[in-house]
Amino acid sequence: MPTFFEQLIFGHLPGTLATVIYDLILCGGVFLPAVSMLAMFSIWWERKVAGHIQSRLGPNRVGPIGLLQSVADGVKLLLKEDLCPRDADPILFRLAPYLVFAPVFAAFLALPFGPDMTFEPRLNVGVFWILAILSVEVMGIILAGWASNNKWSIYGAMREAAQMVSYEVPLGIAILIGIMTAGTLNLVRLGWLQSGGLHTWLIFRNPFAFLAFGVYFVAGLASNKRAPFDLPESESELVAGFHTEYSGLRFSFFFFAEYASMFVVSGIQTSLFLGGWNDPLGLIGLLYPRFHAAFAADPSLGAALPLVLLNLVAVGIFILKCLAIVFVQMWIRWTLPRPRIDQVLYACIKVLLPMACVLLLGGALWQLFVPEMPGIPWLDYQPWHVTTWTSDGASRLAASITQVLLALIGLSIFTAVLVWIGYAFVTGRGTPQRLTDPDEIPELAANP
Amino acid sequence: MSAVLFYIFALLTAGSALLVVISRNIVRTAVALLFTLIGVAGLYFLLNAEFLAAAQLVVYVGGTLILIIFGVMLTSKSPFSRFEPKFAEVMLAVVIAAVLFWALCLAYLDARPAFAANALSYSAGYPVGQLGVELLGDYLIPFELISLLLLVVMIGAAYLAKGRRHTADEPEPKS
Repeated sequence: MPTFFEQLIFGHLPGTLATVIYDLILCGGVFLPAVSMLAMFSIWWERKVAGHIQSRLGPNRVGPIGLLQSVADGVKLLLKEDLCPRDADPILFRLAPYLVFAPVFAAFLALPFGPDMTFEPRLNVGVFWILAILSVEVMGIILAGWASNNKWSIYGAMREAAQMVSYEVPLGIAILIGIMTAGTLNLVRLGWLQSGGLHTWLIFRNPFAFLAFGVYFVAGLASNKRAPFDLPESESELVAGFHTEYSGLRFSFFFFAEYASMFVVSGIQTSLFLGGWNDPLGLIGLLYPRFHAAFAADPSLGAALPLVLLNLVAVGIFILKCLAIVFVQMWIRWTLPRPRIDQVLYACIKVLLPMACVLLLGGALWQLFVPEMPGIPWLDYQPWHVTTWTSDGASRLAASITQVLLALIGLSIFTAVLVWIGYAFVTGRGTPQRLTDPDEIPELAANP
Repeated sequence: MSAVLFYIFALLTAGSALLVVISRNIVRTAVALLFTLIGVAGLYFLLNAEFLAAAQLVVYVGGTLILIIFGVMLTSKSPFSRFEPKFAEVMLAVVIAAVLFWALCLAYLDARPAFAANALSYSAGYPVGQLGVELLGDYLIPFELISLLLLVVMIGAAYLAKGRRHTADEPEPKS
């Protein structure tokens, strides 16, 4: 089956040479700039969030509200000298940054940005592929620490290895709970399964998926080396951990990879639990099949336009959801202190792992005893026409009541967090600004 | 096109496998092994065995290789520890490799007609669900035996890591 964009451009499933050229253009012309832009935007945003949390303004000189700060930093990093320490292993030292960045970029190729906005929608093992590729990234970080031939770097690399190997287990089990609820590994198919409105999002399908969302979030933080789990680069004890010896462009590869992988991990979370590209009302799931049928009947540009627009809206929704999760990650980073490495491993093996296992068992039993309506809402049945499908049995009624209840709980938590942030913003505006000029400080001015 | 990709991946696999053998530096050997494994994963992708390719990356790159490097980091005295194999060891390795190569050649020649007959049967890609059904259906006993084996290994590792218990008359070593 050709995808919609292949159909639009080629009219049919393209030949191999056309596929290669199309893929190369897509990779180099769309994905690489988009990934870089996202990473740069996240870096700027992190600094802005940090600034506001610490009662500062953050970057505000280059461009409007400091938006171009990352570009300026990029130019600075490009112009810096590319150092390789004398006692480092030169080949591995130079190789490591690419081994960190390339897998993250490859992981982006599987993320479902929209119904047709996926690099390879026919990839049947999407979620598993991203997990696999992210485990290659760890290799690069360990190598960077090792090749630097620096004790801080090696400590950072060893912590990274220990942390990654242990947190991959709860991460994988949490993903498994979502997969078990959905019954597919294909990320595009996962998106369609959640297209029937808020209550069909996988996080609200059963209580175990709801809790697994939290487990995934914590394990994802740890696998991204984000604070409070940033032990591999804890600057108060290890200088900068595994990238102590790096400078210039090679350092920026690590920096980019960190922010890009934050986005990838939130991307899995979004597409697995938070409904992917779907809006809470399920409008995309409702409109897409109609537009697609119109396009299939009359493959002209006029019929393709609504589909393209719908895809763009879907991409916007997906990125917005991911950035919301990335924001929470930043918020946590600038709020919580850093634990010791043994506490981090304790939290994984003795708290998160048993929790994930219990949730996995619960999720399996739930699937067994409380089955849901099969098929895709809006496409196979109308989710709001309860009368047509509750007669099948009490268990389906229980499943849908649970879904609605969980959706309400989730919605109220979300609203509460929004109100909380809004309250902080409003009250933060009212606090007097810090004064730095001694002449303006009243106490000093009164008693010189 | 897939032929070109096949040669690229095959070259990557074979070239880095050669580096694994030639290199004297343990960590560089591990990195060459990384590229070998990635090349093999690419070959699996070309065969439409996506699940196998991803599993290859998770198990070997994410698990085994990291453990190898972790082990080297914990045990080696200098960052650039080197192999200095003896002549007898090299000869033993050569003999084993030759026997293995001969066995693989025989197996390939034996199975060639079957390969030619089945070449296109998986071109549509493996359904992952089918894999799960097979694992928990026809192959349930081997699957459960392997999980039992892994459990035994895990318990053993935990027991070893726990260390010796200190009795009352033997004071705990001060650290």
